[in-house]
Amino acid sequence: MLNLLGRRSAILIALAVVMAVLPLLFPSSYYFRVAALVWVSALAAIGLNILMGKAGQVSLGHAGFFGIGAYAVAIGPAHFGLHALLAVLVGALLSAMLAFLVGRPILRLKGHYLAIATLGLGVLVAMVITTESGWTGGPDGMPVPKLSLFGWRVSGSTTWYWITAGLLLIGTWFALNLDDTPTGRAFRALHDSEIAARTAGVHVERFKLQAFVIAAVYASIAGSALAMMNGFVNPDQAGFLHSVELVTMVVLGGLGSIVGSIVGAAVLVVLPQLLTVFQDYEHFLLGLIIIVSMIFMRDGMVPMLAKLTMRARR
Amino acid sequence: MSELLQFLISGLTVGAVYALVALGFTLVYHAADVVNFAQGEFVMLGGMVTVFAYAAGVPLPLAALLAVIVAVVVGLLLYWLAIAPARGASAVSLIIITIGASILLRGAAQIVFDKQFHKLPAFSGDTPIHLLGAVIQPQSLWVLGGAALVVLTLYYVMERTLIGKAVVATAANRLAARLVGVNVTTVMALAFGGSAAIGAIAGILITPITLTSYDVGTLLALKGFAAAMLGGMGNPLGAVIGGLLLGLLESFGAGYVSSTYKDAIAFIVILAVLFVAPQGLVGRRTVERV
Repeated sequence: MLNLLGRRSAILIALAVVMAVLPLLFPSSYYFRVAALVWVSALAAIGLNILMGKAGQVSLGHAGFFGIGAYAVAIGPAHFGLHALLAVLVGALLSAMLAFLVGRPILRLKGHYLAIATLGLGVLVAMVITTESGWTGGPDGMPVPKLSLFGWRVSGSTTWYWITAGLLLIGTWFALNLDDTPTGRAFRALHDSEIAARTAGVHVERFKLQAFVIAAVYASIAGSALAMMNGFVNPDQAGFLHSVELVTMVVLGGLGSIVGSIVGAAVLVVLPQLLTVFQDYEHFLLGLIIIVSMIFMRDGMVPMLAKLTMRARR
Repeated sequence: MSELLQFLISGLTVGAVYALVALGFTLVYHAADVVNFAQGEFVMLGGMVTVFAYAAGVPLPLAALLAVIVAVVVGLLLYWLAIAPARGASAVSLIIITIGASILLRGAAQIVFDKQFHKLPAFSGDTPIHLLGAVIQPQSLWVLGGAALVVLTLYYVMERTLIGKAVVATAANRLAARLVGVNVTTVMALAFGGSAAIGAIAGILITPITLTSYDVGTLLALKGFAAAMLGGMGNPLGAVIGGLLLGLLESFGAGYVSSTYKDAIAFIVILAVLFVAPQGLVGRRTVERV
């Protein structure tokens, strides 16, 4: 079956089946909410993975774009009377524009320097959000109006479960397809060796910028979805810690592995829910998970499991 | 004029702290090629341990010494438990590990101590000194003097002692250093311990002025990093200049431009420096070989 359908369709079908079956196992709406959180985070993580895993460029400020998307659906309707869906688009457009404008100078940098510059960018976005309280409600955040489509008011964890699941499927489909396009190949080339890619005629700057913009749009849409689902936004969603969480999802799941990003998001969202008993220990454990997984699973969970099953099969 | 002097003094005081954090960054970056994001947590540990030991009845100098020792132990543990096992990982993986360590330490501080803000008494009273119309807190002099002492000590160690030469050798070429008999692992552990001590001292000195809590480390680490970057990564003199300059920029920026965006200045500086001169003010241009 795997050979008949191809790897890509197999992954998409498997994901859709998991999404369809999970609700049968859920005893309460709380579970729908947690699962929806996983889908949203996975969407942002997949976008970041296109930048980090495919194109080989790190971003430690990605929550900034997530925050722009989230605040777009809050500020758009409240201050400009925009329809929520239009606000999502405006958010995505703003994120893309910001990524496009700062991407060129930032992506010239490498290693530590790239990490710091993206971090600085993310922190600046979070600072603007926290400080411009007239627009954003400041550190306390602001409410987000309920999404309404043709008179239907979208609310409830179950509904949002299906909407975010649909978004994630589209995001996954796009990311998987990207692999076999000239763009995806260019990303891989500049990931392996920028100089070799340049020699082979890849316009390095342009493709880095493309990856950055794509990743920004993913994060922005995920941010909008989360904000509308929660009915509330606060600056933490654009903050440094959230950026680190997104990077951890990508690295934990496996750089370059789309399925890995979903698994990484699931682990990082579900684990704190399981550990609510130890609420005081949340940061301590998050730090521990990051350190341990970076030391012992450098390739990430999914590539490591794939390697193990390959070995077992032989 | 008195206003200018006032901004100058407060800028230099904060700048001295940034300079110390930047020095810690530089030391570790120099010796171990790691950007240590947990650097700010050493500052936090310095302040918090002193506060809690002092509150428990330990005399202030002893409490401060205890804080430095705790920070050094944490720094060594960080190296042995998190950095050394990850040998050969990419620059970004190492950054993520140290960010993980910083989150872990913050979490631990939240459990061991609490989430409140804490204050230490100023070391030599609160009677302000008046100078040309500006008001100087005596603690500012402690900060400036302490920072100068740390810088001079570090300079002496690096230039005049065998340990310092080993650090310089390791930074220049790890393999070559190993070949001439430098124990590179020890040097790297020393760098972590040393940078932890420097961070803790900064934390102890500044706590009477700015207060401390379990989460002061992140912003300080980022600003210290901006300072190190401004001066050129891996250059101790640059770190000091960068720190003081950043402090002055913040102080004058807050005074004359906008106080709400005071904290943003560091990040604008990071981005501006990276865009214009990625090698920093005092750094050298390096060429990457294929």
